[in-house]
Amino acid sequence: MPDIEETRERYGRTLARLAGQDRRVVALDCDLGRSTKSHDLSEVDPRRFIDLGIAEQDMISTAAGLASCGKIVFVNSFAVFLTGRAFDQIRQQISLPKANVKLCGSSAGITLGADGATHQAINDVTLMRCLPNMTVIVPADGNQTEKAVVAAYLHPGPVYLRLSRYHLANFLPEDCAFEVGRAAVLREGNRVALAATGPVTAHALEAADLLQAEGVSTGVYNFHTLKPFDINCAREIAGRYETVFSIEEHNIVGGLGSALAETLCELFEPAAKPLLQRIGIRDAYGESGTAEELVHKHRLDAEGITGTVLEVLEKRRQYRR
Amino acid sequence: MPRRKVGTRMFERLELKAWEARLELIRMFSYGKAHHFGGSLSCVELLTCLYFYKMRYSALLRDDPDRDRFILSKGHSVPAQYVILSMLGVLPEGELRTIKQLGSRLQGHPDVNKTPGIEAPTGSLGQGLSFANGVALAARLDSRQFRIFVLLGDGELQEGQVWEAAMTSAHHRLTNVCVLVDSNRFQSQGSVGEIKGVQPLAGKWAAFGWEVLEVDGHDVAQICGALDRVDDRSGRPLAIIASTVKGKGVSFMENSFKYHNRALSEQEYRQAEQEILEQISSRKHGHAGH
Repeated sequence: MPDIEETRERYGRTLARLAGQDRRVVALDCDLGRSTKSHDLSEVDPRRFIDLGIAEQDMISTAAGLASCGKIVFVNSFAVFLTGRAFDQIRQQISLPKANVKLCGSSAGITLGADGATHQAINDVTLMRCLPNMTVIVPADGNQTEKAVVAAYLHPGPVYLRLSRYHLANFLPEDCAFEVGRAAVLREGNRVALAATGPVTAHALEAADLLQAEGVSTGVYNFHTLKPFDINCAREIAGRYETVFSIEEHNIVGGLGSALAETLCELFEPAAKPLLQRIGIRDAYGESGTAEELVHKHRLDAEGITGTVLEVLEKRRQYRR
Repeated sequence: MPRRKVGTRMFERLELKAWEARLELIRMFSYGKAHHFGGSLSCVELLTCLYFYKMRYSALLRDDPDRDRFILSKGHSVPAQYVILSMLGVLPEGELRTIKQLGSRLQGHPDVNKTPGIEAPTGSLGQGLSFANGVALAARLDSRQFRIFVLLGDGELQEGQVWEAAMTSAHHRLTNVCVLVDSNRFQSQGSVGEIKGVQPLAGKWAAFGWEVLEVDGHDVAQICGALDRVDDRSGRPLAIIASTVKGKGVSFMENSFKYHNRALSEQEYRQAEQEILEQISSRKHGHAGH
């Protein structure tokens, strides 16, 4: 597998492989198949790649119909259109009846870059996370994407898979452990915990190196599954660190930061809770620019994360005096 | 009195069945609680002809992968479908009166996981035809020959997704999909023409690549004749535009939006029941005369 890989690319290849093994696998797309990579499936069997034209609502309900006949349906579009434009169809015909449909939201987040605010999904996780019966997974790199796609395929029910076109080196091992609903411990520390989801997890790891150099012992946790949320891992983090940072390429309202806040607040133990600070898109829309420029502007690169962590630690010191 | 067509015994039996379904419907609704009367009463003949004449469907075939499917896109009329499913023995006798009670399998709108015989989650309007297309595409992939019948309301055609789906069926030549439009000319808040007109209906469906037939939606012979055309497989899917009367069979409900979703007083209920009983008795009487 290539070193540099977008999660959408590995998604397409994995989807095609699954379709080659299982005739029940079908992909639907809305005129974006070569971008979402769902079109890869057509090389295995063109009859099972169906382009429904620019009609997201129609696509979702059609997927529900296919699923009612035993098909395992992967539906594809940009995350912003898939979850926003077709939200009611997802609610009524996918999540409510527990249809076996995998919603694959592509080019999610600000790293979509040039297309700008209209196309950059910043609240897709919020929308999907509030739906009963929905599983929400945000893979961090190519290797984890392959595991996530297989897990989604095996899960009998609706899954939202958030995919990205952020051009990044794979940083997790090819044989990385992956279990839906179970966060991955990437690095252990004892002072600051970085809880990250999606490709920016790579920047959290880089930031941990920088923080370590500053003498701050830093742990890194990857929450690839945002629903069901890993309460055990949250409890472990709460017992071990004084300050926790959520890191996501998503609005801080409703995503990983919110999931972590909700979970930490309701823990009975430990009695003394760590302080949580959310790093992400601070309730704003994106704009045009390169992925790197936007990640830098929103302080989601290693430098930005490190800076935020050090600022927060300094503030804590002041409050304690 | 409705116009009586000279027909075979089969049509007379279907017509009688439709009126018996109306009686069950009114008795299930009873009085004191709000229900979707108008749109349930208008589609009774359409459902009767589908389930008792056209479709390969029965209580035994309920889970058969080759059964014909009926998808109620205008999900608020599901009480009419519950009555038919009860007559077929898919729902046990006596369950009808639990409709919309806490814990009942008979929800206010179709629920695939709760109710036997319900094929599609609908209720949010405009989504049934897309769902039917998905079923048709699955049938094609699996080389199955069954047919999918979708009932839409005329007010429902204001939903844009219906036309997205109409393009999909025509583009993919899903000739095993058949649309029936229950054109009762009223929606929740008034007449369709006044709120946002959908005419010309036949012209719209034809322009979207469909073969169109127009029938009297209370004339079982016409409905059955139109339904038989679904097997012609002309290369275009079939849309049957059925002119119906909202609230059909109860004089004070007919052609009014006021009984779209409301409760009857006991007196109204008695009158409705009486009017339908008279229709049934006159038909039974008619038979005896032959």
